[in-house]
Parts: sequence; structure tokens; C-alpha cells
Amino acid sequence: MVPADFLPILVLIIVAVGMSAIAIALSALLGPHKSTPTKLMPYESGMVPVGDARLRFSIRFFVVAILFILFDVEAIFFYPWAVYFRRLGLFALIQIVVFVGILFVGYFYAWRKGALEWE
Amino acid sequence: MSIDWIELIIVVVKALIVAFGLLIGFAYLTWFERRLVGRFQMRIGPNRVGPAGLLQPVADALKMFFKEDFVPGQADKPLFIMAPGIAMSAVLISFAVVPVGPSIRLFGREITLYLADVNVGMLVVIAVLSLGVYGIILGGWASNNKYSLLGGLRGAAQVISYELPYGLSLVGVFMLAGSLSLKDIVEAQARVPFIVLQPLAAIVFFFAAVAEANRSPFDLVEAENELVAGYHTEYSSIKFALYFMAEYISMIVASALMVTLFLGGWQGPFLPGIVWFFIKLVFMLFVFVWIRATWPRIRYDRLMAWSWKLLVPLSVANILVTAGALVLRDMGVF
Repeated sequence: MVPADFLPILVLIIVAVGMSAIAIALSALLGPHKSTPTKLMPYESGMVPVGDARLRFSIRFFVVAILFILFDVEAIFFYPWAVYFRRLGLFALIQIVVFVGILFVGYFYAWRKGALEWE
Repeated sequence: MSIDWIELIIVVVKALIVAFGLLIGFAYLTWFERRLVGRFQMRIGPNRVGPAGLLQPVADALKMFFKEDFVPGQADKPLFIMAPGIAMSAVLISFAVVPVGPSIRLFGREITLYLADVNVGMLVVIAVLSLGVYGIILGGWASNNKYSLLGGLRGAAQVISYELPYGLSLVGVFMLAGSLSLKDIVEAQARVPFIVLQPLAAIVFFFAAVAEANRSPFDLVEAENELVAGYHTEYSSIKFALYFMAEYISMIVASALMVTLFLGGWQGPFLPGIVWFFIKLVFMLFVFVWIRATWPRIRYDRLMAWSWKLLVPLSVANILVTAGALVLRDMGVF
């Protein structure tokens, strides 16, 4: 059961997905279909493609992704805190200073270890 | 539980208006951008189709529908077809919680000028918008083209670098408004728009939003002088158009969020709310085009470094300063 507040979002999801699906279906029906072997080759600036595109990629992406997950989970803690901040006052301020302190120990550790360098 | 059918019909009509409104907005945004960039570059821009080129988007749309729609031989077919749809749907859905104006009375019913007002409004926007990057990653991977793959990987790395300042910069706004609902945030700006109280957050959010929309100077996923067309190199016909639409509509969404979160939303003197909203929206879109026309593309590693080493600490500092100021204010120091 969808809560009443979220029902309009569900309706818009249906509309948006339906619209994209209809657009894709329409163009498949309307356009010409004359495929040739050369047309189906991957585009590599007019050269015959060398090898496959399913390459291995840099481990850097993985490190940044892990850092992102760590920090994003911590960032989400800020949201409920921010909404209730005015009601909690000075106590909330002290709490968040401690929280940010711990967060930034990890942040500067990652920085010093070179996890943020892209080279 | 009985269903209020009239309410449901109103919701469906509003959802269709949002979706088609964004499509028309997209069409005329391309016209607006091409005309403006033309002027920035001492050209005229498209002016042949219809008065002042106003029918150009219609001509482009028709052309797109009648182009050949093919799937490259070695591509992953289901993913290749789905990916542009994901990119497009995600940005369309994210507009659901953006309030365009206060409620109006129509046929004796109170009609609100937003689709949904949920208490976690901005969280919905962030969640749905970040789904859009799946369209880019999957499209880039499914094409089986090296340029596309690189574009997709860059899209992934870019989104994980920019999501953090994007989310963190808004915490100050939530603290001031005491809510995540976009309607409450607009109403909290009745006296002062938040750009005055949170200038740093506004700047950080704007840069992150430009990067989120993959717009120049952060359009590395399609950097045409390195990657041909990036993730959509292999796409043609309406699938290409869907990617294009996703990019432009996310520009509209980013502008609408800027207006809602920092520029006071629909609030303004004399004119009705919805007019104010559109004036501010067009201004923000102009800024987007202006940036595109004047800034060179930033280098890839610079973008990541800039985000992680500058914007993240800045936005956390902004949170702490805002918190300190609010506590001092509530204690009556000033």
C-alpha cells in the first residue's frame, strides 16, 4: 500500500516510464531499417575496431566509489539532525562537532594516503 | 477504504501536465540555448523555421522520429534499448515534488500547484536524480564501444564525486527551514531568500547541480574532442533524443531546485506566484547557458580533486558555521 502522500509520485513514475517506452517504440516503427555490416560495427573514428570494448578499468574508480559510499552514508546522518536542530539547540551543536571531528579524521587519513589523487 | 476518484483524476492530469510541460520546456530550452549561444558567439542562431526560429524544435523532433533506429551488432540489446529510457524517466520523476506556486481555486476545488508534498521531499529528488546516472553507465557499457565505455565510467566517477557536496550543501537550508519538504522550504523564505543567508551553500549546490546535469564545464561524459560523443556515441534516432532530453530536463530540474531552495521559490511582490517562479527559472536557465558559452571544459582529475578537496570541506564548514550561528541566535546573543 502506497501512503497517500506518495501516490502522485507513483502516478508520475507510470507516466514517465510509459512516455519513454512509447517514444522508443514509435521510433522503432517509424524509421527506416537498412542495416549493413559496416553500420553495425562500433564507431571508432572510421577505423576498423581493434579488440573488444569490455576492457578492464582503473582501480581508482573502485577506491573513489568506496570512499563515496562511506561519506554518503555519513552525510545522510546530517539530514534528520538538520531538521530537528532548532529543537535540540546547543546539545545538537556539540554532537555534530564531535561527529564531524571523527568524520574528518577519516577524511584526512584518506587524503594523506593519496586516495583522492587521480594519477 | 474508498478511493476519491476526482482526486485521482486531478493527480493524473497534473502528472501529465508535468511530463508534457517538461517536454515542451525541453524543446524550447534547446531553442533558447541555441539562440543565446549564437549571440554569445556573434552569430544569429537558428532563425529559419518559423518566426525567429520558433518552430525549429518541432522540426528537430519530427526529424528524430524518422531517423533510422539501429542497435549496433555487438551491443547488449535489452540494456542498450532500456538505458535512454532510464535516464529520461529519472529526471521526469524528480520534478514531482517541486512546487511551482501556491494553491489556486479551480471549479470550486483547491488545486495545489505541485504534484506531491512529502515530508522527505528533497530526499526524493536526490534519490531519483542519482538514478539517472544508471542510464549513462548502462548505455555506455551496453554500446560495446570504447568511447561509450569511457563516457559511462566518467559519468559514474563524476556522480559519486558530486553527490557529496550536492547533499551536504543543502543541510544548511534544511536547518533554517526545519524541514525537507520543498513547500515548507519555500514558505520559510517568505522574508529573506536563503541565498542571502546561505550564499556559500548556494554556490556549492549550483556547481554540484551543473555537474549533476552533465553540463559544460563539467560535461566530461560526452567531451566531444576526446570521446567523440561519450556515452551516446552509438545512439541514433529517438534514443539519442531521449539522452538529450534527459540532459536538458535535468537542467530545468536543477534550475527549479535552485529557485526553490535558494531564490525563494514562487514568492515575490505584485505578480502571482507562478509567474515569479517562471521568471526565476528562466533566469537560472540563462545562467546555465551563459556558463556553457563562456567557460572551458575542466580537466577530469581536476574535477574530482576540486569536488573532494574543496567542495566537501567547504560544505561541512558551512554546516558548522550555520549551526553555531543558529545556536547563538536562539540563545539571544544576536
